[in-house]
Amino acid sequence: MHHFIKTILAEYSMILVLLLLCAYFSVVTYSDQSPAGEAGAEQVAAELQKLRETPLVFIAAGRQPDDAAFAARLERDITANGARVVAVVQGEPKDAREALQQIAAAGGTIDAVACTQSAGAWLVFADLTSDFPALGNPRLITPRSYRWPNFLKTENLLNIANQIAIIAIIAIGMTMVIITGGIDLSVGSLLALSAVLAARFIRDFAGGGNASAGGMVLACLLAVVLSGVVGAFSGFMITRFRIPPFIVTLAMMLVGSGLAYTLANGQSIYQLPDSFIWLGRNADLFSLPNAVVLMLILYAMAHILMSRMKLGRYLYSVGGNSEAARLSGVPVQRVLMFAYIASALLAGLGGVIMASQLKSGSATYGNMYELYVIAAVVVGGTSLSGGEGKMLGTLIGAFTIAVIQNGMNLTNVESYTQKVVLGLVILGAVLVDRLRHPR
Amino acid sequence: MVKSFPGVQALRKVDLTLGCGEVLALIGENGAGKSTLMKVLGGAQPSDEGVIEIDGRAVVLETPMDARQAGVAVIYQEFNLVPGLTAVENIFLGKEVTRLGFVARKQERQQAARLFQRLGVEIDLDLPCRRLTTAQQQLVEIAKALAFDARIIVMDEPSAALTSHEVARLFDIIRDLKTRGIGIIYISHRLDEVFAITDRVMILRDGQNVGERSVGQITRNEMIEMMVGRELKDEFPPRDVRIGPARLEVAGLRRGRDVQDVSFSVGRGEILALAGLVGAGRTETVRLIFGADRRDAGEIRLDGNLLAVRSPRDAIAAGIGLLTEDRKLQGLVLSHAVRDNFVLPNLNRLSRHGFVQRRHAREEFGRYADLLRIRIPHQEQRAANLSGGNQQKVVLAKWLARNCEVLIFDEPTRGIDAGAKYEIYLLMNELAAQGKAIIMISSELPEVLGMADRILVMHQGRVTGQIEDARRATQEQIMQLAVA
Repeated sequence: MHHFIKTILAEYSMILVLLLLCAYFSVVTYSDQSPAGEAGAEQVAAELQKLRETPLVFIAAGRQPDDAAFAARLERDITANGARVVAVVQGEPKDAREALQQIAAAGGTIDAVACTQSAGAWLVFADLTSDFPALGNPRLITPRSYRWPNFLKTENLLNIANQIAIIAIIAIGMTMVIITGGIDLSVGSLLALSAVLAARFIRDFAGGGNASAGGMVLACLLAVVLSGVVGAFSGFMITRFRIPPFIVTLAMMLVGSGLAYTLANGQSIYQLPDSFIWLGRNADLFSLPNAVVLMLILYAMAHILMSRMKLGRYLYSVGGNSEAARLSGVPVQRVLMFAYIASALLAGLGGVIMASQLKSGSATYGNMYELYVIAAVVVGGTSLSGGEGKMLGTLIGAFTIAVIQNGMNLTNVESYTQKVVLGLVILGAVLVDRLRHPR
Repeated sequence: MVKSFPGVQALRKVDLTLGCGEVLALIGENGAGKSTLMKVLGGAQPSDEGVIEIDGRAVVLETPMDARQAGVAVIYQEFNLVPGLTAVENIFLGKEVTRLGFVARKQERQQAARLFQRLGVEIDLDLPCRRLTTAQQQLVEIAKALAFDARIIVMDEPSAALTSHEVARLFDIIRDLKTRGIGIIYISHRLDEVFAITDRVMILRDGQNVGERSVGQITRNEMIEMMVGRELKDEFPPRDVRIGPARLEVAGLRRGRDVQDVSFSVGRGEILALAGLVGAGRTETVRLIFGADRRDAGEIRLDGNLLAVRSPRDAIAAGIGLLTEDRKLQGLVLSHAVRDNFVLPNLNRLSRHGFVQRRHAREEFGRYADLLRIRIPHQEQRAANLSGGNQQKVVLAKWLARNCEVLIFDEPTRGIDAGAKYEIYLLMNELAAQGKAIIMISSELPEVLGMADRILVMHQGRVTGQIEDARRATQEQIMQLAVA
């Protein structure tokens, strides 16, 4: 175990930086938390049970969806436990006052006022025994607050994962390309192209808003494959004519973006069925978002490919010294083709996920994504000169970027300032890596 | 001088004196500290302890600029020229002749032309340096040294990539420099040259000065003994020669002007040497056999079967292996682990369903590392950190594990110390005894004579002669065919 941790730290030094960032944002977002909604209701219900066999309970809550969930759950739970609900008030303090006055007028008593944290601060509940002597001696019960970092809340962590899933997925292909010593600038445009294609296929051929699941899957697959075709074209130009990857993919970046705008007629395509958001927004497995599950599966596969398989060795050797690789019998051109096609396919997949998240396809998607993707790869420790890098490092790099962005949002850093900080952090991360492994 | 690196003490109290107009030979095995000493003098790596005095004045050489100002020029084996700039631009790089902030190109050109005139050579001043030959690039380096009035010139293996004709001219230039009072430190593996051009020889071993003699007072064998620290019996191991029927046959190989109608065959258990000057087309010929370059015409047969070799992949599949002359650029992925380098051409065998069988790879490399006595702390060691001899052995292991039928060695012992050389020779003999066909390209004539069964001499892309009984051949005989 000790050895394992040491290996991990040696190979993925960025993980330390990531953990430090998480620790930092946890400390600065450490604040009062009050359970709301159903979680709050459960806590209050448990508290009520300690009170008496069959307490008479008055429930109060505000008008928000969370409040409604609180009231409904609480009423259900405590009735099941044998308590009697005298009244449920959802609204403002004045509604609660009226209800209490009615109960008092009718000669009723109550044992407890159960309410949400915010309702518990209403003035009407401040001094119940003096204001409503007829009601008996009711106790005010609210969910207890506790202190916990906003950053470490489950929703927030899932949110980070979901936000970065697309960039992280595309970064898999980019890592392969960069390890071969190349670069792929076209991924942002291919993302947009694929999103527009998928949306158009569904709108035009699969029945638009009434499209079937099969039709949508087919449309998305086709969009991803077409994106892969663009990647194959880039790979062909690079291997056959030896045009530098930077130039080829720069050109394809413009071509892809232009095609996306043309195909979308400059508009957003939104005639999609509601079920289309399954991939981007639903969470079926252990409440992990589907896109995040997909990302984790793809990383596991890519990691095995790079570290255990022949093709992975070939990718590294082509980037390390393509002439030595060729003279050792490595099919250099085919290996390069694979890298560019994989990168384009994954960019296409990213486009489908984004279209699903936003339930529409637009040519504006993925703007500047190539740079964030490259940043994730580089922060993850992959050398831009090729031959060196780790797939899991890229995942860590992507998360580092996401955590910085999320943390700055939580601490209300202005968005312009965020860019400055992000830029400096990327530079710093690479600098740390350079200093640790001097050449 | 004292200089340490993590884990290695590269120089342990080495003293060195160099007189005006003296040529001092610095010899020693790889890793003996020659390069480090040279880098200290060139200001590339400051020493930990020690003083340097030039003309009785103590100087501090901490950067290459310090060295230049002190009048020390170092000409590295892989030159320090910007490939895209012309000879003139390179010579004046960093000390351009300017007028009002503009480069005075005409003046620079005249000065450069004068320098080359002094050296007695002609060089196209408008060509970018990458298009000059190795010998010409070296002359540019020498001119560069003269341009800033260097008093001391250090040359690292200056003859490594030169033809013997070019070496002779280099010697003329060195003699000329001597008469001007310039002191020269001449680092070389070629002992013949030490006798030919130097006045005094200093032998380094393990970072220590183990001997210093006038050239007239030391024999070749004494030098080798001092270098390796043990008595040397023979430079080339003996071998039973049993040559069988032809295995590799090539006919009418042709590619542009580099290779013109080359035909030959190599028999079972035979070592065939391709001799000739640099640029004679030897490397180009074997690259065609290996499929590294595309041939315009020609047939390649192995054991009588016609091979359709169109890429190194095809050649390897057919059982042909090539140990390239340039290990660092073509033989190894330097930034990768030695084991990964070893595995690369053997992945088809060492993987199943696309997955690398890592345990097999580890065991197999372990076996070859023992067999070839590759000295590495662990298999994950980066290839870049190995000495030249160990690097060559890793390349050799790559091809031995493929069990090639035909092995082509291009300059197999270039830049390798005497001990490792002997081991490589033993292996070549062993392979021949197993019935493989071996082609060896070498620019070192003693090696050609010592190892080959038959010698093919090339000149300007053509085979100019064949010497059937290599044991009785002489260097003169080969040279005559090589310059024909």
